[in-house]
Amino acid sequence: MAEGILVFIEQRQGKIRKASLEALSEAYKQSSAAGGNVTALIVGKDVKSIAGTLPKYHPAKVLVVDGGDFENYSTDAYANALAEGVKAVSPKYVFAANTSMAKDLIPRVAARLDAPCVSDVTDFEVEGGNLLAKRPQFSGKAYTVFEFNSPVAFMTLRPNVFAVQESSNNVNCPVEDLAVSAADIKAKVVETHAASGNKIELSEASIVVSGGRGIKGPENWPVLQSLCDELGAALGASRAVVDAGWIDHQHQVGQTGKTVSPQLYIACGISGAIQHLAGMNSSKVIVAINNNPDAEIFKHATYGIVGDCLEVVQKLTDEIKKMHANN
Amino acid sequence: MKAVPDTESKIAIAGDKKNIDFNGVRIITSPFDEFAIEEALKLKEKNGGETTVFSVGGAEATDVLRDSLARGIDSAVHISDEEFASLDPLSTAKVLAAALKDGGYDAIFCGQQGVGGDNSQVPAMLAELLNMAQATIIVKLEIDGTKFKAEREIEGAHEFVEGSLPAVFSTQKGLNEPRYPSIKGVMAARRKEIAVKNAEALGVKGQFAADSRKIKVKEMTLPKERPVGRKLDGDADTQVKQLVELLRTEARVI
Repeated sequence: MAEGILVFIEQRQGKIRKASLEALSEAYKQSSAAGGNVTALIVGKDVKSIAGTLPKYHPAKVLVVDGGDFENYSTDAYANALAEGVKAVSPKYVFAANTSMAKDLIPRVAARLDAPCVSDVTDFEVEGGNLLAKRPQFSGKAYTVFEFNSPVAFMTLRPNVFAVQESSNNVNCPVEDLAVSAADIKAKVVETHAASGNKIELSEASIVVSGGRGIKGPENWPVLQSLCDELGAALGASRAVVDAGWIDHQHQVGQTGKTVSPQLYIACGISGAIQHLAGMNSSKVIVAINNNPDAEIFKHATYGIVGDCLEVVQKLTDEIKKMHANN
Repeated sequence: MKAVPDTESKIAIAGDKKNIDFNGVRIITSPFDEFAIEEALKLKEKNGGETTVFSVGGAEATDVLRDSLARGIDSAVHISDEEFASLDPLSTAKVLAAALKDGGYDAIFCGQQGVGGDNSQVPAMLAELLNMAQATIIVKLEIDGTKFKAEREIEGAHEFVEGSLPAVFSTQKGLNEPRYPSIKGVMAARRKEIAVKNAEALGVKGQFAADSRKIKVKEMTLPKERPVGRKLDGDADTQVKQLVELLRTEARVI
């Protein structure tokens, strides 16, 4: 009988993604309700030492797939590793952070194991010892609760929604190797280029500052960037300004861009089109700055300022600078 | 292709709380699918060959298939059966795999997600079921003979994937600029016949009966309304000071 939760831990260049630690922490939280233990699975080359940092998130065991074939992410090698991990552990649920790697990997492995998958989960319910997955659909205009009828089910968790819970005590658990062949590679990653732009990934940033038409032109991005630097925030944008060519698509927040759930979202000169709201309406606190007092965005904002967004952003940057200087 | 509610639609929940109420909702081609159609057309213009569009769905899929034909796709297949109502992504991938299992093509293009369901699962599942290479959420594609090189946007970087055809590609905004259907295209599309395939024709009759589904919707609800926010008063200086104070002491997010 399958039981417990297997968590796929994503690493690139030896760095574990924070969203994976969120998934691991949430698995531990849900495992008491769902029954069974939590196992963490990490895949890569020379990842044993970073695997050693995982026990403090309370897995009962860490499995390591380590080898040259796994140095860079490739769908086929990593799918073999995760599928073997699932066979070895026989969990009832498999968790992963909903990242670009997971979107490529998790459905492929789910199909291989003939298992269902729910993407972008933001909440869980427990019923009769089973986990039910809740997630936004229709761009956040509806929430759906899914139940499973399968020995194993896959779920990807939306980054920045679940909290990382690490133990301050010295916790230990077995860290074991899992041997996996990387046979049958049909496509592989040949190179990776760092993107110019955000130093902090949009979907994982705890503060996002976004600009829309109201910033008047691409020459004014530095005004928003200064606020980002002061707050340690990532820079986002509305579809309108991406389509106008003011900024690269990687900054776009919304239905055809990225979904973000930061602690604080500051919308500057953004009217609040439904496609944009879809990408940010699960943010904890929303600040809207717009010169149109009737803009839709104000209906969704925690705090609203009616005014020229460039002027307000400049003053806000100065005020936060002052606050930091005084602390 | 997937027929989906217009992204501007207001959403209401159906009486059984298992789906949205489609009454009065305008149906469009899922925006990400437009990039898939465009990439297939570009490839055809460059290398020749034929393009076929598939959609799994009810009557609403017909308009989406005609839209693809109007843009220049050669033929269309409507996969439709009562047993295929409200399929989960894995079942959709299985139905498509049944329709595509005999090969005869070099590349399969899918939008990276169907807006609405927002799953982003079918392309990778389809690639697995057909035992093909995949490159998902791509923003650039080069094809040279039977080799491909695709660029994916990942967190803070771009990743370049190489492999061999046939392969499944899921398309992201940025890959191309989708063309609009021409008047001539729209007229021609009206006269084209759309092939219809049901569960029996695909050899999957009875496989997707409601009680054999591995995943079920327990309940669909509308989101909780966000508490009504407040607009700050005073001149810009006062507003900004007030905002910083609220973010620091009330919301505690800075």
